[in-house]
Amino acid sequence: MNAEVLIDSIISGLLLGLVYGLAAIGLNLIWGVMKVINLSHGAFIALGMFSIWILYTSFGIFPYIGIIMILGLGLVLGIITYFGALHRVIDAPELSTLLATFSVSLIIIGFGTFIFKTNPKALDFSLGGIEAGSIVILGTKVATGVISIIFTVLLYAFLYKTRPGKAIRAVSMNRTAAELMGINSSLILALSFGIGIALAMVAGALIATIFPFTILSGGGYELKSFVICVLGGLGSPIGALVGGITLGLIESVVTLGIQTSFVPVLEFALLVAILVLKPSGLLGGK
Amino acid sequence: MKDSLKNLTDVSLLWLLAIIAVMAVIPPITNSITMREDIFLILQYIALAASLNIILGFTGYVSFGHIVYYGIGGYVAFALMYFYGIHLIPAMIAGGIVCAIIAYLLGEAVLRLRGAYFAIATIGINEAVKALVNNLEFLGGSAGLFFNFKIYQNYGGAGNAIWLAYYLMAILAIVVITSNYLIKKSKFGLGLMSIREDEDAAIVLGIDTKKYKSLAYMLSAFFPGMVGAIFFFKNGNIEPVNAFHLLKSIEMIFMVVLGGFGTVTGPFVGSLLYERIRGLLLVNPLFKDLHMAVAGIILLLLILFVPSGVIGYLRDKVAILRRYVE
Repeated sequence: MNAEVLIDSIISGLLLGLVYGLAAIGLNLIWGVMKVINLSHGAFIALGMFSIWILYTSFGIFPYIGIIMILGLGLVLGIITYFGALHRVIDAPELSTLLATFSVSLIIIGFGTFIFKTNPKALDFSLGGIEAGSIVILGTKVATGVISIIFTVLLYAFLYKTRPGKAIRAVSMNRTAAELMGINSSLILALSFGIGIALAMVAGALIATIFPFTILSGGGYELKSFVICVLGGLGSPIGALVGGITLGLIESVVTLGIQTSFVPVLEFALLVAILVLKPSGLLGGK
Repeated sequence: MKDSLKNLTDVSLLWLLAIIAVMAVIPPITNSITMREDIFLILQYIALAASLNIILGFTGYVSFGHIVYYGIGGYVAFALMYFYGIHLIPAMIAGGIVCAIIAYLLGEAVLRLRGAYFAIATIGINEAVKALVNNLEFLGGSAGLFFNFKIYQNYGGAGNAIWLAYYLMAILAIVVITSNYLIKKSKFGLGLMSIREDEDAAIVLGIDTKKYKSLAYMLSAFFPGMVGAIFFFKNGNIEPVNAFHLLKSIEMIFMVVLGGFGTVTGPFVGSLLYERIRGLLLVNPLFKDLHMAVAGIILLLLILFVPSGVIGYLRDKVAILRRYVE
């Protein structure tokens, strides 16, 4: 194996990992704040893919501008979903929230399949590429990685510098105490869910600029997000980014050594092993 | 032992078994093939839902990837029949036993996890096994294995083989429902339910929760293993996509929740209703293309407004039912 192939796959693994991380951050935020495993995450990722596809092909909106609109759309959809499907069962045992989010996923995918059918779509645009020697990195991949970092930084600034962000962190630490301090926890939970969904949809939109997709594609990325969250520690947003990069690297570098089809085996075995051996994730303390 | 035998003659179990038995003999009497296929599906649903009920309903552990045992049992039995020409019945039992052993080993690790962590781990297990089987050349990889038609000759032709599968599934459904009942009425079941309500309190009260959970998990893996064996024998081929389909896992959970989890009648009622709903959605021209979305809406309404399921709700509202419906 020559060095250039290795460098090439490390770079694309890194860039891919960043967007995986972005998708997983949404899942992780929702878990951290609400203790809900969002099984509709994949459906929203797919919804993000189709949103950008519609914006680009029907309205000719440049994808990276469309992403801002998708962020707003995701926020609204997430808040609606929270009040429609989760608010009543937020304190029920986890089976209820698992099934509630799963039913949302069924509804989205059900209507999505009806409207878009299941044949693959792709965004037909290109940003050229960056060349260094024999290594060519697609511009869309670079843009995806950069935008993922920007969104992660923005999320951090929001969580640590603004009042609603601090309220979100307070609710995730201790909901009862936060309520006693006068925080309206229902609104905060709805907001967190909205942000989580918005990030999922943006990640979906970004993925759609690189890979072809169908309405069912979200499921695979949802499972990846689980692996990433567990790798980085459930509930820790920065962990999700680290987990994402780890997974991206595993996918692109390890495949140089073993068959691609073995990668999922590795990923999910890793998921179970970490849950059992170190549930706080690779970065987690204790 | 005497107590458990007395339990077996309890009305709340007997009427349930009687209904299943009557339902199961309709196809052979009327000799209707479509009827047989419908009822085979219902019986399979009953056996799967009631198996899941042991770990999900009684113990409160959300095994989200439970279909993995259906797949493993199916593959073990299929391989035994395919490579060694072993008869369905021993192959099926072997499938069940392998599942119980795997559940024991995995349970040692994952049953230490609680709540959502356990749920994610079980999803991970299912996906890992699916990906692994996809890569195993001797099991046919992603294309799976196909029976040579000759294999059915040992059973007196394909027709007889399918009837055999049908009867076995009926017996299995009855056995699983009965075992649900016996568990619920036993000290073991009481221990499981105390784990469901408050695991730490159960430990303090001296319940060996580790052993109880492990046994419950093994039992709830054993039966789906046999169901998988029968189904894929009848099906004639097995492939990873079919054997480890996460959606089937959720079907199982849906049926348990629909009927009422932690009850004995619930999984039965849930299976019947689910089969009807599914049939309606798939056939009705209005819903055909939207069946997934409609199923999602029904599931959501159920979770939000009737979380204890049909049987749980009825038992709550109608006091007299509590004597006859377990």
